[in-house]
Amino acid sequence: MNNLETLISRSLWQDRFFNVLGILCTCVGLVTLLALLVDLAVDGATRINWQFMTSFPSRFANKAGILSAWVGTLAVMVVTAGAAIPLGIAAAIYLEEYAGKNWFTDFIEINIANLAGVPSIIYGLMALGLFVYKFHLGESILSAGLTLGFLVLPIIIVATRESLRSIPADIREASYAQGATQWQTVWSHLLPYATGGIATGVIIALSRAIGETAPLVTIGALTFIAFLPPTPIQATPPFLSLDWIWSKFTVLPIQMFNWVSRPQKEFHLNAAATGLILLVMTLSFNALAIYIRYRMRQRIKW
Amino acid sequence: MMLVKLLILLSFLCLSLTGGGTLALATDKIIKIDGSSTVYPVTEAVAEEFNKATKGKVKVTVGISGTGGGFKKFVRGETDISNASRPILAKEMEEAKKNGITYIELPVAFDALTVMVHPSNTWAETLTVAELKKIWEPEAQGKITNWNQVRPGFPDAPLKLFGAGADSGTFDYFTEAIVGKAKSSRGDFTASEDDNVLVQGIAGDKNALGFFGYAYYAENKDKLKAVAIDAGKGKAVLPSEATVIDGSYYPLSRPIFIYVNKKSLDTRPEVKEFVEFYLKNAAKLAKEVKYVPLPAEAYEAAMKRFKAGKTGTVFGGTPEVGLTIHEVLKRELKE
Repeated sequence: MNNLETLISRSLWQDRFFNVLGILCTCVGLVTLLALLVDLAVDGATRINWQFMTSFPSRFANKAGILSAWVGTLAVMVVTAGAAIPLGIAAAIYLEEYAGKNWFTDFIEINIANLAGVPSIIYGLMALGLFVYKFHLGESILSAGLTLGFLVLPIIIVATRESLRSIPADIREASYAQGATQWQTVWSHLLPYATGGIATGVIIALSRAIGETAPLVTIGALTFIAFLPPTPIQATPPFLSLDWIWSKFTVLPIQMFNWVSRPQKEFHLNAAATGLILLVMTLSFNALAIYIRYRMRQRIKW
Repeated sequence: MMLVKLLILLSFLCLSLTGGGTLALATDKIIKIDGSSTVYPVTEAVAEEFNKATKGKVKVTVGISGTGGGFKKFVRGETDISNASRPILAKEMEEAKKNGITYIELPVAFDALTVMVHPSNTWAETLTVAELKKIWEPEAQGKITNWNQVRPGFPDAPLKLFGAGADSGTFDYFTEAIVGKAKSSRGDFTASEDDNVLVQGIAGDKNALGFFGYAYYAENKDKLKAVAIDAGKGKAVLPSEATVIDGSYYPLSRPIFIYVNKKSLDTRPEVKEFVEFYLKNAAKLAKEVKYVPLPAEAYEAAMKRFKAGKTGTVFGGTPEVGLTIHEVLKRELKE
């Protein structure tokens, strides 16, 4: 009897211990993020104002701004999302719903896992050879967006597959039973239910892409650029223009890197402010995804 | 659900549209510059002012791929101007020749390395190049670890070393000037590509010794003490604007360059306009970004070389240590 009690109390104690350990582990992540935010905010908050957001780089720290950088980051992200999301989702649908179980599918799967582990600078080198030189896309927003698109493709594929896999087989069977084709099943049932998971994957992917510097420097991203890409909306027909994807660009992390390495302290403040903006951009991407996921989950009625 | 489908369709549409696009911006006047991050602040300042002066009609872009990375693009004809913290190397000259690229070499400012100690260090007011070599050469690794090994009379205190990372031009030049061979150095020191990290390191350790760019010292004079360098002539010289300009701060100062593609120059008037603007304003702008400008007559000589369109390098593909600016401008050019 006594023996059983000690056993129970020991188990309870282990339980409590693990609970505390778990909380501590969670806190490490949270405290790090918080410390980072506070540190950046303390240094950078004073620099964040209208002038900083609407000025080009300058040799005077207090006149310098990140206009070309945040516009560049945004433009590159649009291309990245435009390239990686459809490709990634399509690949995942194929692998999960259409592909037969054979050596070729295994081969693709192993390689997607491998791709996820390739260092980003390697993607930069590939992009320099392929996009910039071979396809003559130049050192453009398009090249950069495609490069980062490839970089994050495996993340989107894996997330989409997980999400598709978690949909109960009943749903598919019910759809087929109604006479739906495989494509109709995918488009009208599986994709809507998987949206939450896909959105999460897309966000993780874009959050990773937004902070990348190495591959972009490799393909020729600039540091000083005092003009913006042409606007996508025009006054004359056809009103929409895609000229901006050919434009040269810089991005926030590159501007940050440049300022951090300057001797003058005022530039370090600029770097902190840029970091803060970058974080805000990433976090607002996340918020958007969480919102989309929330809306989607509300609509799902199994 | 609709939202996602719409997004997917839209992105496909975007992709298909981009396929048919062409280089629509080819008509814009763009001057492409890339290369050393050491030269970057000066070129950035010039580009900024040029942008103002031309009211944005000419678009100047500047990248920081490093001197080597910049030359790689330059010798392929991808950039109009290359920023370089060292002269062009034989390998790069060969590549340029193969691609039919000729270039004009123009010094634009000085870069000086400063050897630094903690302000409370009272013993190392001066160091000779030989002593520095003793500290930094590869053979010193694990052996020269105490200040009293550097010079008899120095206190018995551990020697803590800080220096630029092995990928930087600063490291190349320091090892070349002190040890005698580029990249040849001991490995057991705190290295960082970010000079600000080195500033922190040296400022926080009273037994520290380190080296980095003069501009970083100039910004942190309250936290650091510069060591006067004796090149063996029996006279130790502290780094300052004056000693760098007159060449007496030897051998740790060097000119930094821009290389201009001759073909861009001949075919596009805006490139010529930009370089002239550069040479005319470099003295003032270099000072503003805390670099040491060349003496006025050096800019004049550079302008003369530029206007005459004289191509080639005075270094013949091998970097040299401690050349005065006059030598750099007077020597014969080789292609």
